Amino acid sequence: MALLDVKGLHASYGATRVLHGLDFSLDEGSITTLLGANGAGKTTTLRALCAMVKTAGDIRFGGEPIGARATEDIVRMGIAHVPDGRGTFANLTTEENLRLGAYTRKDRQAVEADLERMYGYFPRLRERRAQQAGTLSGGEQQMLAVSRALMLRPRLLLLDEPSFGLAPLVVKELFGILRTVNEKEKVSMLLVEQNAAMALDLADRAYLLETGRVVLSGSSRDIQGDDAVRRSYLGY
Amino acid sequence: MTRGTMEALMHQVLAGLATGGIYASLALALVMIYQATHLVNFAQGEMAMFCTYIAWSFLNAGFGYLPAFLLTVAFGFVLGVVIERVVIRPVERAPVLSVVVVFIGLLVILNSLAGWIYTYTIKPFPSPFPEALANPLMSPHELGSILVTLVVLTLLFLFFRFTPLGLAMRAAAQNPESSRLVGIRVGWMLALGWGLASAIGAVAGMMIAPVVYLDPNMMGGILLYAFAAALLGGIDSPGGAVFGGFLVGVLENVLGAFVIGNELKLAVALVLIIGVLVVRPSGLFGRVHVSRV
Repeated sequence: MALLDVKGLHASYGATRVLHGLDFSLDEGSITTLLGANGAGKTTTLRALCAMVKTAGDIRFGGEPIGARATEDIVRMGIAHVPDGRGTFANLTTEENLRLGAYTRKDRQAVEADLERMYGYFPRLRERRAQQAGTLSGGEQQMLAVSRALMLRPRLLLLDEPSFGLAPLVVKELFGILRTVNEKEKVSMLLVEQNAAMALDLADRAYLLETGRVVLSGSSRDIQGDDAVRRSYLGY
Repeated sequence: MTRGTMEALMHQVLAGLATGGIYASLALALVMIYQATHLVNFAQGEMAMFCTYIAWSFLNAGFGYLPAFLLTVAFGFVLGVVIERVVIRPVERAPVLSVVVVFIGLLVILNSLAGWIYTYTIKPFPSPFPEALANPLMSPHELGSILVTLVVLTLLFLFFRFTPLGLAMRAAAQNPESSRLVGIRVGWMLALGWGLASAIGAVAGMMIAPVVYLDPNMMGGILLYAFAAALLGGIDSPGGAVFGGFLVGVLENVLGAFVIGNELKLAVALVLIIGVLVVRPSGLFGRVHVSRV
């Protein structure tokens, strides 16, 4: 059964409709990527899943409809979001940011262990643990955003442009960590990326969005092989 | 300086610290609500006044001071939460001016309600501190209220700095969207903030009432000093507000006693408010906000 099943998803900002009946699904344990040009509705789709925009349509997570729930309750079901713009708590320390990620968890000892695990993934964050998070570099804040989301021990991780503002080497490192987390901890991921080549490398499945609709879907390999996609998004 | 004037100055400074602690508490309450709403709660003083009347009722009903004190703090907390849920929440997204009008409405309503229930006759209010605290420099009440203030401020600091709930409240005030994304119920955190601010006000009210006596208008001047303190320290800086409170208390007393006389004391607060706004709008410890347009 699909972990996430979306049918006929509509979303709008005020009077502007951004999504026009999106259908897609995500298998438990998989990494699925949403591709598309700027303005295709990728970020809005992630925001719609967390009830951060006005939506209509059927969203099911683990079989349960979540379309009418509040953001805080959706998070409690195990969906973590690495938002566009990173969402750093700028005046709090790095470690406080990480602890907030585990705010809904009651298993304190496991939280401490996870904190260490994040510092293991991103040693830079350990160096900056007592520093105000707003003073971190863009790349460090992106690592912090991913770690903060992982601190929830999510079933599903929503990633909005995790490579944004990162040096190529750091992107490679980050994607490697995402793959590890997916394989070892079975965290499912829905990835939105500008960097289509890297996203397709990591993901099992891909959906191509154009102006709020799905125009193409398939396994990453098929999509990589699609001539139109190659020309428009991969650039070779 | 002769020994006599030195002693008089010392006395005024310590008395200033006693009232300053009360300004500091109220200023802190103002800052807490400012951080969450970006608005100054003009009704903060009247909320404290109303709580102090509740304490008076408990005392009159035969409760001991400590039970009456604790019940009043609890009442203050609930009052704050209820006001946020019922009155402030509906205007959350309203224009600034609407919210300010709501604050002023609250001020007038609480003031009239207290007058209607308890009349405008000035009532004495007891100090709980024993004569044993008396010393050559300070009265028992001055020393006692400084201690109470310090305990309250320390507890708050520990709460916000070291508990998950305190952390969540700070997070909710500064970044509501990210807070929701980690599962924090932001609406309740704001209500909790109002509750805490109101409870702090209740303590401040009970500490100042033995000095200024109990009447529905008792907090007018006090709130003005608290505004001055919050602005002086920086309206978005809790530590600054506390420092500002003590500083304003000392300034008020020393200037009142030696320079301008008691009649002009309140003017000190007004001069400070205007001075800070003109010279350094962000206060001594406030963050300077720069935004690109």
